[in-house]
Amino acid sequence: MTKVWKRTYTYYFLLPAAIIYLIIFILPTFMSFFFSMTRWTLQDWSYIGFDNFKTFFQESSLNIGFQNTFVYAAVTCAFKVVFGLLLGVFLTSKIRTKNYLRSVVFFPTLVSTIAVGIAFSTLMHPTEGLINTTLAFFGISGPDWLGDTRIALLSVAFVDIWKGIGFATVIYIAGIMSIPEEYYEALQIDGGNSWHKFWNIILPLSRSATNSVIILAFIGGLRSFDILWPMTRGGPGFATDVIASIIYKQYQAGFYGLATAGNVILFLFVSVLAFPLSHYLNRREVNL
Amino acid sequence: MRKPSLGKSKKVVSVLSCVLLIAGLLAGCGGSNDKDNASSSAKASPSDSSSSSASASPAESESSKPQEKVTISLLVDNSQDAVSVAKALVDAFQAKNPNITIETETRPAGSEGDNFVKTRLSTGDMNDVFFYNAGSLMQALNPEQNILDVSSEPWQADVIDSFKQTVTFNGKQYGAPTNATMGGGWFYNKKIYADLGLTVPKTWAELMANNKKIKDSGLTAIIGTYKESWTSQLIMLADYYNVQAEAPNFAADYTANKAKYATTPAALRSFEKLEETVGYMNKDYLAATLDSGIKMLAEGKGAHYPMLTFIIPTIAQNNPESINDIGFFAQPGDNADKNGITVWMSPAAYIYKNSQHIDEAKQFLAFIASPEGMAVVGTVSQPTGPYVVKGATMPDDVPQVVKDMLPYFDSGKTAPALEYISPIKGPSLEQITVEVGTGKRKATDAASLYDKDVEKQAKQLGLAGW
Repeated sequence: MTKVWKRTYTYYFLLPAAIIYLIIFILPTFMSFFFSMTRWTLQDWSYIGFDNFKTFFQESSLNIGFQNTFVYAAVTCAFKVVFGLLLGVFLTSKIRTKNYLRSVVFFPTLVSTIAVGIAFSTLMHPTEGLINTTLAFFGISGPDWLGDTRIALLSVAFVDIWKGIGFATVIYIAGIMSIPEEYYEALQIDGGNSWHKFWNIILPLSRSATNSVIILAFIGGLRSFDILWPMTRGGPGFATDVIASIIYKQYQAGFYGLATAGNVILFLFVSVLAFPLSHYLNRREVNL
Repeated sequence: MRKPSLGKSKKVVSVLSCVLLIAGLLAGCGGSNDKDNASSSAKASPSDSSSSSASASPAESESSKPQEKVTISLLVDNSQDAVSVAKALVDAFQAKNPNITIETETRPAGSEGDNFVKTRLSTGDMNDVFFYNAGSLMQALNPEQNILDVSSEPWQADVIDSFKQTVTFNGKQYGAPTNATMGGGWFYNKKIYADLGLTVPKTWAELMANNKKIKDSGLTAIIGTYKESWTSQLIMLADYYNVQAEAPNFAADYTANKAKYATTPAALRSFEKLEETVGYMNKDYLAATLDSGIKMLAEGKGAHYPMLTFIIPTIAQNNPESINDIGFFAQPGDNADKNGITVWMSPAAYIYKNSQHIDEAKQFLAFIASPEGMAVVGTVSQPTGPYVVKGATMPDDVPQVVKDMLPYFDSGKTAPALEYISPIKGPSLEQITVEVGTGKRKATDAASLYDKDVEKQAKQLGLAGW
């Protein structure tokens, strides 16, 4: 008995966290699998099998929704990695206003997402917005950033990148700072320049940071909703619908079972893309 | 406890899930309903308050014991107009009924508000009285389970039938009207009409001819405000009178899955009319909001605005100098003789079925649905059309634009909007009409897409025949 106690007692410290996790994450997850197969009014439900999934897959905007979701995730992820890395390198170098600049870069992350969305949709107004009035000052007639169906999604993605870059940068700063000094000293002895430092040391050795940023940004992009909704509401028409906004519209319409089915589909969609990606990235990681 | 119809395990699962999944929604807005109706009975005044002839509270409790002070709670949406209407009604009612205190609470408008109400109902935390839409939105609240049946209240005799049908579910009435009706149709700027020598159109072809002349003169013919995408539905929805004129059984057939938008020529015409307006709207119509649309109309920057008459108070308030420059006509059909107006009904006051203070709530509803109640409403809210309570008259100083609606009512050429007489209204209509109004989708295509959207909803509602 004492032996078992000794062997396992460390796990008891996990219990509080595990219980909370079970109640607010695992349980609702499994319940949502159940409710996705019902017609559900919050007060009452009736089992209807896979009808909700069938209905959801017949949703007319679903094709464009999947496509937009994927494009959005890929674009935001790519830009967050590139700019996060560049800013991370810049903000770990020997510049005097480093701390101030780090705060500036991180600042957008702190602002409420909805507020950012509303602010940018005002800035992007085609005739009265600050962006286009500024462009007009230089004689350029700016596009309708959120009304033109060809660029609306990219406009939203741009705002997402603007807001998410601080977070990516912080991860990169941590990754770059954890690279041991010896590598730089060795580089100095070998007579390498800054480019060598970046290409041969920082880039490969901050790979775990890169992987974190890619995974977080990609999953975040696939699930993205909070910026898109105040900016375009999936519109004009269905042009910027992503899966999350399609789900939300079902919820708004009071189709709770259908919305839950959509969430299950999104959950599976994200899993199918994210787990192999994570596996692939981790395999290529190097140890310091 | 409150849902005897549910099986036990079902109930446990439902309640558990509601608590877990919706707790977050409620965290910010949990109300405390009945907190202080016991403590203050010591100084309760014995004055008999229910002297009004319209009020119909059961008398037996009044005679046997001194009247207790009762607090009931009221839920209204947070628009400026709704809040001031509620405040005026509450003040007037409390003055007549000193023993009843009404605490008003607000909720968001629009579909967020719909979910707010549904969540409150499903968690058993609803206010005693709540103001909410009539028509399909009311039917989605599961009235038999959640709302008190008020069919046999005496004030029902004063309410006109066309309103009653919009708060009826399975033959029982559930609500009292809280405000005037609204018309859906076309606002126009009379100055522009005078400058260009135009006349109010009686047919759709005349309207489009006017649009062309306005556009050719360099002005904006139609104001579009698609940033608030629901406004894009107006042309399609306001056409319902014309649909009904051509196909009188459309609403019933449509609800029963026997008629479709795509296959009923008169209904398809609604989408076609919207399609014909492509190219006539202001340049920034995709980014313009309702407020900027109202401003454009009042300032004469646009000639036409297809909209509901609920914007009249806003014009009267923000641009009082130009209220007399604004006129209104019903959406024309293809036949001048059959022209009439599509009417949006008043919202309604409902009593929560599990309220602790049903008698007081009934008294409040009786007050609202009386000519006196409507007069109180009229003092703070410009009527947007005639009232639906018999004997309630509009104030004399209503703007001409409201009076423009009266001939249609006087000659009986009105039809309720489809969403008031059928429980189905596809949730994606506003996205579809945006696509049609921007020229991205053809009318026929849009009609069949909308039919699919409606089918989805009808199945979710579990309607017969789908």
